[in-house]
Amino acid sequence: MRRFILALLAILALLTDATAFAAIKVVTTTEDLAALVTEIGGDKVTVESIAKGYQDPHFVEAKPSFIIKLHGADLLVVVGRELEIAWLPPLITQSRNAAVQPGGKGYLDASQGVRILDIPTGQITRAMGDVHPSGNPHYWLDPNNGRIMAKSIQNKLSEMSRGDAAYFAQRYEDFDKRLAEAEKRWKAAMAPYKGLKVVTYHRSWPNFADAFGLDVIGYVEPKPGIPPSPAHTLDLQQEMKRQNVKILLVEPYFDLKTPNAISRETGAKVVVLPPSVGGVKEITSYIQLFDYDINLLVSTIKQTGTR
Amino acid sequence: MGVVFIRRFRRALWAAVALVPLVPANAFAQSSAAAPPAAEQQPADPQQIRQELNRLRQEFDAIRESYGARLAALEAKLGAVPAAPVPTTPATPPTADVPAGAAGAGAPQSPLPIYGNPAASSKIFNPDIAVIGNFLSTAGRNTIEPSPGFEMREAEVSFQAVVDPYARADFFLAASPEGLEIEEGYVTFSSLPGGLLAKVGKMKQQFGKVNTLHAHTTPWADTPIAMRNLLGGDEGLNDAGISVSKLLLNPWFFLEATGEVYRGSSGGVFEATKPGNVSWLGRVRGYRDLSEGTNLDLGASIARGHNDVGSAFTTRLIGLDATFRYRPLRRAIYRRLVGRTELMWSRREQEDGTVPAFGMYVSGEYQFARRWFGGVRYDRSERAFDSSLVDKGPSVIVTFWPSEFSQIRGQYRQTRYAEGATANEVLFQFLFSIGAHGAHVF
Repeated sequence: MRRFILALLAILALLTDATAFAAIKVVTTTEDLAALVTEIGGDKVTVESIAKGYQDPHFVEAKPSFIIKLHGADLLVVVGRELEIAWLPPLITQSRNAAVQPGGKGYLDASQGVRILDIPTGQITRAMGDVHPSGNPHYWLDPNNGRIMAKSIQNKLSEMSRGDAAYFAQRYEDFDKRLAEAEKRWKAAMAPYKGLKVVTYHRSWPNFADAFGLDVIGYVEPKPGIPPSPAHTLDLQQEMKRQNVKILLVEPYFDLKTPNAISRETGAKVVVLPPSVGGVKEITSYIQLFDYDINLLVSTIKQTGTR
Repeated sequence: MGVVFIRRFRRALWAAVALVPLVPANAFAQSSAAAPPAAEQQPADPQQIRQELNRLRQEFDAIRESYGARLAALEAKLGAVPAAPVPTTPATPPTADVPAGAAGAGAPQSPLPIYGNPAASSKIFNPDIAVIGNFLSTAGRNTIEPSPGFEMREAEVSFQAVVDPYARADFFLAASPEGLEIEEGYVTFSSLPGGLLAKVGKMKQQFGKVNTLHAHTTPWADTPIAMRNLLGGDEGLNDAGISVSKLLLNPWFFLEATGEVYRGSSGGVFEATKPGNVSWLGRVRGYRDLSEGTNLDLGASIARGHNDVGSAFTTRLIGLDATFRYRPLRRAIYRRLVGRTELMWSRREQEDGTVPAFGMYVSGEYQFARRWFGGVRYDRSERAFDSSLVDKGPSVIVTFWPSEFSQIRGQYRQTRYAEGATANEVLFQFLFSIGAHGAHVF
């Protein structure tokens, strides 16, 4: 009898141990963040993203099903810089989860310490369209920022599960090494096209252009978040002809009608370039995102015969 | 010889004085200390030199004072210019030294804070402020409920911020031709244990869907007849009280139960003639994603309170609501469809017995281009105090969104009143918002 009770206690202890070492439940706002959390967290975490990679991250619906995800989360990782301002705050409030409230121990703003571009100076008004007062939130498209984000994630995960700190550190080292190798590859592929003039639909690509030497000379949107207007499109076409711009980058969630019209008029190639992991099925990791985008970009540039 | 030397010495001194503004005071002290040994080497009329030196010292002191005052004033001005946006906000507000000769100098010796700086910490904690204008113009003939041709129906002012690590507060003040009132003003406790969410204050009661929405978030320029007939008018059920809701976690769908208690006076539906005549409300809401782009939202609500006939008479409301939404993720900014219906039953006790009344609306809204929405709505409702009186009618709506911050809406509305009159009206609505208005719940 006594032995039986001891055995039972041992089993119970094992069971409680198993729950104590359960994976950290992480919810991220975008798939890019989810991919980075997977890189660092490995099998010590479970990750879910609220927005899909092929979705415009500015316009996600605050569906109640996301409230349940946030309710059960140990850690929420956000892009920040007001990218999620239109939908995340009510989800967080309704999550009934103290940890993931801004400033809580399970809340991580991934934009800390990264290089932010397009920080507006002077007076900002809505006459400028959807300006982000604290800078362009599409910062993850610079691999070096990805490295900094991965480091923040590593620090946060280590803080939440001290016992696994060495594991997370080792995974970061590994990711850092692979990213550095890949960066060399990407930079080499893009080197012949340094300073190449391009036009983009939305201002999603300043960090990407900066990292890989592209020169963005205009946007299909007259102002951020404002749909194309005929007058602006005409101006843009003239400018593209004058500067001989042959590449037009479009995010997958925008309508191709105006870009195609511009393409017919100017002879520029429209490239639907996913800005996020999950933008197309093949992209399942942060490194694959750049692999895919740079391959697509280089092959299109070659088709246009520019340089 | 001596005279020539003195002239030279004088020139050198003048040059030193001219350089003074460029040289720190202690540097000058050194150079003036270095000067006398040179003078001692030439004992040519020391008396004259001393006088000369004194005169120069006085002149220099005067210059130093005027320069010092001007410099201090300049520093103060520079400090007052708003700092260029930096990613990190300074922990303390910038300060300026009190100018030596300025008014008030001598009193406070410590640095003075400069006010009016946007980075000052007192302003960082200001709530998000927004104002939403709701302008309505009505054309057409309506003998039962005539509307003015032009009307600034409402200016909604909102203040929203986090209170402390445990709560946030939302205030919505509505200024309308009837005056200024607290449309809503409540605190939300978001970190309670047990999956609870509590709201305390004055708020829209969680009865159905349209009752919980602010006028500027509905897809129509007006409110459905059922809301006006059974829920007490355009404002609907809105009262001071406490609301507690809980997530009922299960593996299949989102389920939320809400219980609320109110003072008992709201919009003519409930009327507390005694302090104990509180009204209460219960709601269950279920939601499920059917696919990544479609979902179904169902709710049932019940409310009970005392009515204006007297403390012994109650009104009971029961509501059912269903919403179907479609929004493809890849084209989320171009396409969406929302179909919604609400059914409401009212049981009002009166001296001549209990009046059961039923009201409903069904509405559909479809986005057919990035900035264009088309919609229809059909209304039918009996009146709360006489169910033999039925008002009904259809509406057709077109909405244009110049941006997320403004909407222009046209609505054709036909109302067939119980009295026998039929009204055909065209409504134009302009909605425009400024400032930082928080996102709305789904």
